[in-house]
Amino acid sequence: MGMDMTTKLRDFHQARWDEPIIFELTTPGERGVLVPEAPADVRRAGEKALAALPADMVRQEAPKLPEMGQMRVLKHYLRLSQENLGADLNIDIGQGTCTMKYSPKVNEILSRNSGIADIHPYQDESTVQGALEIVYELDRALRAISGMDAFSLQSGGGSQGLYAIISIIRAWVEHTGQLGRKDEIVTTIFSHPTNAAVAKLMGFRIITIYPGPDGRPDIEAFRAAVSDRTAALMITNPEDTGVYNHRIGEFTDLVHAHGGLCSYDQANLNGIIGVTRALESGFDLCFFNLHKTFSAPHGCGGPGSGVVGVRSSLRRFLPVPLVEKDEATGRYYLDYDLPNSVGKIKNFHGNIHAMLKALAWIRALGADGLREVARVAVLNNNYMFRNVLKIRGASAPYAPGEHRMEQVRYSWQTMKRETGVTTSDVQNRMFDFGVHYWTSHEPWVVPEPFTIEPTESYSKQELDEFLAITAEIAREAYETPEVVRSAPHRSTVHHIDHSYFDDEKKWAITWRMYRKKFDDYFVAK
Amino acid sequence: MKTVGLIVNPIAGMGGSVGLKGTDGMSVLRQAIERGATPRSQSRTAVALAGLSPLRDVVRIVTFPGDMGENAARAAGFSPEVLLKDEIDPTTTTRNDTIRAAGAILRRGVDLLLFAGGDGTARDICGVVGTDVVSLGIPAGVKIHSAVFGCSPRESGDVARQFLEDPATATRASEVMDIDEELFREGSVQARLHGFLCVPYVRQRVQGLKAGSALSEESVQRTIAGYVVRELMEPETLYVIGPGTTTMALKDRLGLDGTLLGVDAALGGKMTGKDLTEARLLDLCDAYKRRKLVMTPIGGQGFLFGRGNQQISARVLRFFDPSDLLVLCTPAKLCALEGSPMLVDTGDPGIDAKYSGYIRCVTGNGQYAMYRVR
Repeated sequence: MGMDMTTKLRDFHQARWDEPIIFELTTPGERGVLVPEAPADVRRAGEKALAALPADMVRQEAPKLPEMGQMRVLKHYLRLSQENLGADLNIDIGQGTCTMKYSPKVNEILSRNSGIADIHPYQDESTVQGALEIVYELDRALRAISGMDAFSLQSGGGSQGLYAIISIIRAWVEHTGQLGRKDEIVTTIFSHPTNAAVAKLMGFRIITIYPGPDGRPDIEAFRAAVSDRTAALMITNPEDTGVYNHRIGEFTDLVHAHGGLCSYDQANLNGIIGVTRALESGFDLCFFNLHKTFSAPHGCGGPGSGVVGVRSSLRRFLPVPLVEKDEATGRYYLDYDLPNSVGKIKNFHGNIHAMLKALAWIRALGADGLREVARVAVLNNNYMFRNVLKIRGASAPYAPGEHRMEQVRYSWQTMKRETGVTTSDVQNRMFDFGVHYWTSHEPWVVPEPFTIEPTESYSKQELDEFLAITAEIAREAYETPEVVRSAPHRSTVHHIDHSYFDDEKKWAITWRMYRKKFDDYFVAK
Repeated sequence: MKTVGLIVNPIAGMGGSVGLKGTDGMSVLRQAIERGATPRSQSRTAVALAGLSPLRDVVRIVTFPGDMGENAARAAGFSPEVLLKDEIDPTTTTRNDTIRAAGAILRRGVDLLLFAGGDGTARDICGVVGTDVVSLGIPAGVKIHSAVFGCSPRESGDVARQFLEDPATATRASEVMDIDEELFREGSVQARLHGFLCVPYVRQRVQGLKAGSALSEESVQRTIAGYVVRELMEPETLYVIGPGTTTMALKDRLGLDGTLLGVDAALGGKMTGKDLTEARLLDLCDAYKRRKLVMTPIGGQGFLFGRGNQQISARVLRFFDPSDLLVLCTPAKLCALEGSPMLVDTGDPGIDAKYSGYIRCVTGNGQYAMYRVR
């Protein structure tokens, strides 16, 4: 017998292996593969190659890699995987804004095809026609979904996609002779913070719009912010609050009236895919994360892909190469002939695995299926919305009485005031039931936030389980708050000391740096 | 073993329930008692201390006799160390006792000073300990304009607990404000900035993968100051710089020996006036044709003009245009406004209207927010 199906609460316990870092598992001389000794002629050729290297680039000693047998390596990583709540194990709707969904396993099998898995970007075009066809067909599908005229599929993730967009905006400013005159980007506080970050990186001033009383970006503030200095609007829509912005057309019209561009962060397209498009909302550029809406695995399950679409007037700025088709011969080829290209955003041509999975997903669903994705995602979300609001201490700011799109930013502010239990405490307690949630981007405009995004993949049964867990933790917060505040109790680790994050002197992102900074750290002085 | 100082103002809050807008001074207190006021600082302290009771075995409370803290500490299950036992009569306390108690705490040394009261109590304590002792207010008074109190007694207890449990908890200098009770009773609100207390700051931390840790308030303030100096400040221009920690970071960046509470003026990187009165400001504005005004909203209520900086009066503001105004504000401070606009209340409707609308406020390096002012 498993969990109690009436309470929907699991008697869960995460594995705890207390697994060392792989470098600590090294045993000198132990090997995973015994490589046969190279024949003399190969050795000679190798020596010649080494001799060609500048002396200061040749290692004097071998890198200190872990020395381990195959089976120990396998166990090491399996144990680590058991210490994680993977997307295929937990009900991953608490990672709002991330559009977690099912990545069909059949597409994983497709991506192992040697025509995809074993090819190299330096291969001659004639030998990779199938791969190029995938890129070409996906480009065409994305054009239909967005209304844009051309896509670059090169970026390896969302931030890179936005970096490509700001590079294009910068190139457009330069090539239209507006350098020094258009130097501002307008964004909103509920847009993904990367929009502001890449714009700042590129030297633009950032003007951020805060929400008005109804939760939508304050249009009066927007009117005050937009001027002839505005190079572009960079906005996520719907924003992370999930409130539908019926005035988005007024925003894009105003920016166009001042000669600026409009960029649409559609990393998450899930609430509107197949329903409305970037073109009709007045945008000039947009981007999608294939690892969100389009079902390619997300995050560390990647590789990711942040594809960028533009109107025809901006095609000349796209990263190169693009994949085009010679209609006469039916052959696909790489097109580097873009006069004002921003160049490379990433090495080579992009993550072909993610593209294949996205194309397979689009083809499996068809146009009607894509619209169905949005409809079910919005339905799921409003089911959650109604039921989360019934939980004591939970609320959703802004736009009372209105439905939400595909996600909701909620608040535990009431619960915190009444019990002292914070959203971080709830986050820690979620692990004890085999799920997790994420709070929100900083700064926390909504106090004590949490963000739920139940995409089309999740069944009602799973939504009910997540609701039951949330309600149980809220009950505990009011009745036995210590249980929540001292959580997690059934997870791999207890609390992590975050002071390390705050002090760059303590950062150690490589093993070598860790040894350097911490070798004597834990020894009593 | 951590030590927590506890000072309870036994009469805080008594005026409020009977419409007296404060309890500063003995005659008002007598009036309050006559009107049937009952003390509430004991019950409020009890709520806050309940939040600390799980730490009973590892925290020592240092406090003062009777209703000045001893009773509340014992009721919460602590065995407090009681100072000034023979010197304070807890049945007839005045602000002098609060001041003496704060001095005793400063000499004794504590990890955290908890005090229950209102703005007047905060002001008295601030006058003694300044930012030398980490302090936190339990809201029990009538007037709570200072940013040194928890939103509720419960939150004060929670923040105190977090601070004691987690050595990494940050602190920041927060405003102590007080309004003139006499004028308040006559219907006029005149809040003054009296100083800063060093208060535990429980940063809203995001533990998820999507966000790294945020910069501290101080480093954001330094970033803003650096940007203003590098990119925005113009030569041969008089800069009138208002009070607050955000503008203080600018004064520091300019190498000026500025005042935290006062209005200073600088020109070409040199101080032209320190802790200026309205009269001196008017003289300076008259003397310099190119002038700008650098402000930060005060406290949690977001007053840009009219509270805490009355020197910059309507008459002074007549010398400036909204385009001369540079507002500096960290994103955390903006969020703390919870969507409310910044406020202008100079007493001159014409000036108030002139500065109302939307302002570009500097929030970081090349970063602005377009924010409403009313």
